[in-house]
Amino acid sequence: MTTMPTTFLKSLNWKKVLLWTGVIFLVLFCLAPLLWQVLTSLKTNDAIAKLPTVYFPNSQQLTLDHYLILGGKFLRYMLNSAFVSFTSTLICLAVGAPAAYTLARLKIPGEQIILACVLVVSLFPYVLLFLGLLELVKFFGLGNNYLSLIIPYTAINLPLTILVLRSFFQQLPKDLEDSARIDGYNTLQMLLQIVLPMTIPALVTTGILAFIFAWNEFIFALTFITRDTLQTIPIAISKIGGASAFEIPYGPIAAATILGTLPLVILVLIFQQRIVQGITAGAVKG
Amino acid sequence: MAQLKLQNLRKQFAPNVVPVKDISLTVDDGEFLTLLGPSGCGKSTLLRLIAGLEQPTAGQVVVGENNLTHIPPGDRNMAMVFQSYALYPHMTVAANIATSLKIRKTPPGEIQQRVHTVADTLGLSHLLDRKPGQLSGGQRQRVALARALVRNPEVFLLDEPLSNLDALLREQVREELKELFEKQNKPVVYVTHDQTEAMTLSSQVAVLLDGLIQQLDPPSRIYTHPANKFVAGFVGSPQMNLLALECQGDRAILGDFSLPLPSFSPQPSGIDIGIRPEDLSLATEDDKITVQGSVSLVEHFGRELLVSVKIKGSHHTLRILINPDLQWEKEDIKLAVNPHRIHWFDEKTGDRLNP
Repeated sequence: MTTMPTTFLKSLNWKKVLLWTGVIFLVLFCLAPLLWQVLTSLKTNDAIAKLPTVYFPNSQQLTLDHYLILGGKFLRYMLNSAFVSFTSTLICLAVGAPAAYTLARLKIPGEQIILACVLVVSLFPYVLLFLGLLELVKFFGLGNNYLSLIIPYTAINLPLTILVLRSFFQQLPKDLEDSARIDGYNTLQMLLQIVLPMTIPALVTTGILAFIFAWNEFIFALTFITRDTLQTIPIAISKIGGASAFEIPYGPIAAATILGTLPLVILVLIFQQRIVQGITAGAVKG
Repeated sequence: MAQLKLQNLRKQFAPNVVPVKDISLTVDDGEFLTLLGPSGCGKSTLLRLIAGLEQPTAGQVVVGENNLTHIPPGDRNMAMVFQSYALYPHMTVAANIATSLKIRKTPPGEIQQRVHTVADTLGLSHLLDRKPGQLSGGQRQRVALARALVRNPEVFLLDEPLSNLDALLREQVREELKELFEKQNKPVVYVTHDQTEAMTLSSQVAVLLDGLIQQLDPPSRIYTHPANKFVAGFVGSPQMNLLALECQGDRAILGDFSLPLPSFSPQPSGIDIGIRPEDLSLATEDDKITVQGSVSLVEHFGRELLVSVKIKGSHHTLRILINPDLQWEKEDIKLAVNPHRIHWFDEKTGDRLNP
């Protein structure tokens, strides 16, 4: 009788217990706000307002109404966000990758200065720029135009893209490019057929970062776009209002947040395979 | 008939960085030239100059009648095997081998046929659909070779192709390489820092140091008649004994002993000598020139012992290869020096003095 608990305690691997406690705590800590949103978006208004708080709603307290209320207009906002984010990410990669390659491979005079400038730009708090940018947007007549978002998003994401891709290009074996030249590729063919396929993991990684920034950006989207049909998700969510000034529609806001985050989650899940698997394996010794 | 000819090649990266200073040489069809030297001697840069991956500051690269100095690497009809193999990781083995033919717009049927012929020769037929990542080191090395062979180029360039293989495999592939390139009957330029590869594979060896050719000779002559102190010390394992000695009259002084100088005029005041460890032996009563000393270190090489002997009356040490079955005194060992096998070098220039 008395030996049972002691053997049980001994057989417990304390390191493992500690590890898993830590893991569970960390996951809960990170995901709690999101889980709370999911819960709120599925509860009826009564259940949301009820005290003490309902953590485990019963079947009467569950509803999909908050999602249904959002309606077709929300789809429009999603498409706006998607278009702006995709376009700015693509431009960012199309401009950033050649720049990064040039900085990594060619010996340009003043290379260090260029890099320092790129770094400084990325350090600058972009929120401070929006008044100045608003003047520019007005000057070029870009207000209420997708371009007023696409251009700033691209510009803000470029420094990071360039720095990340440059360090990636630097560790690509140069022998491969030499080998391609001896095989008879011209420079363009070499870049497109040899270098680009090996760069995909890095492009996907930086692309996702740029996309997430563009998808979530708020202040530019709020300032440069006033027409309802052009607005992006973050603005749309912030504008969800109740029937009176005193009512905060928690349910619809939570539902909109979940829907607005879903594309990002799906995107990351699809591409994380590509990020993890380094496809340069086998190119050179190892 | 293609002959690779380098004329006064020079490559300068910066005022103080001149990896290749002034190199001229020719490699005929069927000749296997090895560029041998320590790291940083300019051998890889020289190969890249030949391939066209670098533009020479001065000088010319000529194949047959064609001056290729300003022709881009892809149009030179040279094939190169890289130390890292440089296989395209996203292509299958077959695609890797076929790339250069595809770019040259070879008809698909012919590509297919040539790839299969080469793959058969190198035993790669069952691997053609794999990606390089799924191959072992030795297999990757073969793919890199296949990629060069399939082009049927005018010149083969190989940049330390064996250095990433383990020792056993290296020996095996070395033999295969020798057979393979003997059949090709094309000029081959091979870069290595491994003297065994240089000695076994080549018909000619160029020993490089500081961007200059120190000696260009067949391997046997490089070994028996090193042109200067650097070549003498670099080629041969275990390394040649190199000693700086003072001279008195017609004898060089080695501790309590002396070695007769060949007839030099004028007679030098000091001289550098080189004796290979295998050219020393345990002295018998018949030997005329002998030195004595005490053993400071014994290293086992299996077939032989490498014994370091501190010479009596001097700070010099001679290393000698001895058959393990022989008996000798640790404190007082007597060595015989074969005077015909001594290499004499100028103490200032390091150049060889005896013919």
